[in-house]
Amino acid sequence: MKRFKRFLKNFAFTFGLIVTVALVLAAIAAPLLSPFDPNMQDTSRRLEAPSRDHLLGLDELGRDVLSRILWGSRVSLRVGFSVVIIAAFVGISLGAISGYFGGWIDTIIMRVTDILLAFPGILLAIALVAVLGPSLNNVVLALVVIGWVAYARLVRGQVLKVREMEYVTAAKALGAKSPRVIVLHVLPNVINPVVVMATLGLAGAILSEAALSFLGLGVQPPTPSWGSMLNAGRRYLGEANHLTIFPGAAIMLAVMGLNFLGDGLIDMLDPKYRKDM
Amino acid sequence: MTQYIIRRLAQMIPITFGILTLVFSLIHLVPGDPAVQIAGENARPEDVRQVRHALGLDQPLGRQYISYLTGVLHGDLGRSFQTNESVSVQVRQRYPATIELALGSMLVALLVAFPLGIISAIYRGKWVDNVARFFALLGVSMPSFWFGPLLIIAFAINHPWLPVSGRDEGLKSLILPSLTMGLALSAILTRMIRVSLADELTQLYVTTAIAKGVTRGKAIFRHALKNALIPVITVLALQFGSLLTGAIITEQIFSWPGLGRLLIDSISKRDYPQVQASILVIALTYIFVNFASDLLYGVVDPRIKLE
Repeated sequence: MKRFKRFLKNFAFTFGLIVTVALVLAAIAAPLLSPFDPNMQDTSRRLEAPSRDHLLGLDELGRDVLSRILWGSRVSLRVGFSVVIIAAFVGISLGAISGYFGGWIDTIIMRVTDILLAFPGILLAIALVAVLGPSLNNVVLALVVIGWVAYARLVRGQVLKVREMEYVTAAKALGAKSPRVIVLHVLPNVINPVVVMATLGLAGAILSEAALSFLGLGVQPPTPSWGSMLNAGRRYLGEANHLTIFPGAAIMLAVMGLNFLGDGLIDMLDPKYRKDM
Repeated sequence: MTQYIIRRLAQMIPITFGILTLVFSLIHLVPGDPAVQIAGENARPEDVRQVRHALGLDQPLGRQYISYLTGVLHGDLGRSFQTNESVSVQVRQRYPATIELALGSMLVALLVAFPLGIISAIYRGKWVDNVARFFALLGVSMPSFWFGPLLIIAFAINHPWLPVSGRDEGLKSLILPSLTMGLALSAILTRMIRVSLADELTQLYVTTAIAKGVTRGKAIFRHALKNALIPVITVLALQFGSLLTGAIITEQIFSWPGLGRLLIDSISKRDYPQVQASILVIALTYIFVNFASDLLYGVVDPRIKLE
């Protein structure tokens, strides 16, 4: 049983890794892989079902669905990576400052995180995009605003623990300044959980971008995005369900792959879980 | 218990203020002049002035904030730019539909998760368990904005059995939206029940009960399940809050006339007071439900109070 479980875990991790690598490759090589220009319209063939020359069919304006899905992976990953990198940077910085210095800085930062955590995440993102206007950058901004909190909490907790360690006291006694202590002695201790959180955060950001685009609040046409493709496909469920099935499958596969990868990384990087392996 | 409630209530106060402040500031985040945005680029200056006055934007920020807070305390959330009626009228009309959808989804989740979770726990490691776990995995990975349309294709287009839009056909209308939203929750609950029950089944009191001659079925359902449900109840209560936000997407798919649809409609019409009111009501309901679920946790698990 244990061996079966281990195999399954490895399988899930491998699957996750393959999907993630494929996703990144698809995004990088979209111009080479796409059989057609994603915005080229052929209105005489609109809503045409999958065929040999258009493997996933044509959309409501006669554009090639496969090409749009490939180009859409660029939007997904661009949003995903931007959100994760910015949110992690902001969260780690504020969390480290909060935990290391304590006092009123800590109180203010933690009260802000309390409020942001109490506010349902996607609702706040919708609210921000609603007032700022729908665009790729505003989606990233909105997702960063709700995303940094988790990193800040995590890093602050770790810093509080590490701060009391003797090697930190020793470093300070030898005259190391605060930034040096934080960067060289405190942060290396939190890097593993942050990597796990970032991988899972990437899946979350891709899903949120798709949700916002589905609601018409994300990437604007004609830029191909999986969420807005699903939104457009909703009107043609009867006559052209390939407009719904394929972009949705792409979202699910990407999210599932990244989640598997994240779960696998937890096992590898977080020693607390390692005993299960 | 009273102390616990008071402590939790005291924590709620700054959070509620924070949320009110956030919602209040939304209109000030509108790029450029919100009054011009609403009145239109080509509006006459006096129209813009009028909009600005109606929004109270011509007053100092501090006074705007105070009058917003006193308004909310009196149940006055502002006036809609579209209909000119109080925005709370629409919110009140739409609120029951969203709650109905959330309850329907919860029912779906329970109906699926209970049998699956219990069977998985009893037959741990067997093929039934693996099927249930695969289902749970699928359930959490499938976005509602894909699952909903797939259900429409299957049950309304390929087999025209169920209505796909609106809320006019009573329970029948509720089925597909509830399935859409209930799927993810049922996946989470199945996992939860499985882990929790499997854990209880290894406890000594279950072995004792069986040794004393109680049938296995009775030991599971009368003794173990009761204890296994404690964490499940709290997860359920907590998840009710997330169903409220999930409704924003599901209501859009099925044209369900709830708060979520009101929110998205008002966003596209740039009816900011209506947007603010919808967001505020969803957020406040969410934190209230979470508060209630915390209390419930304190009731079902007395150890929590000792913290």
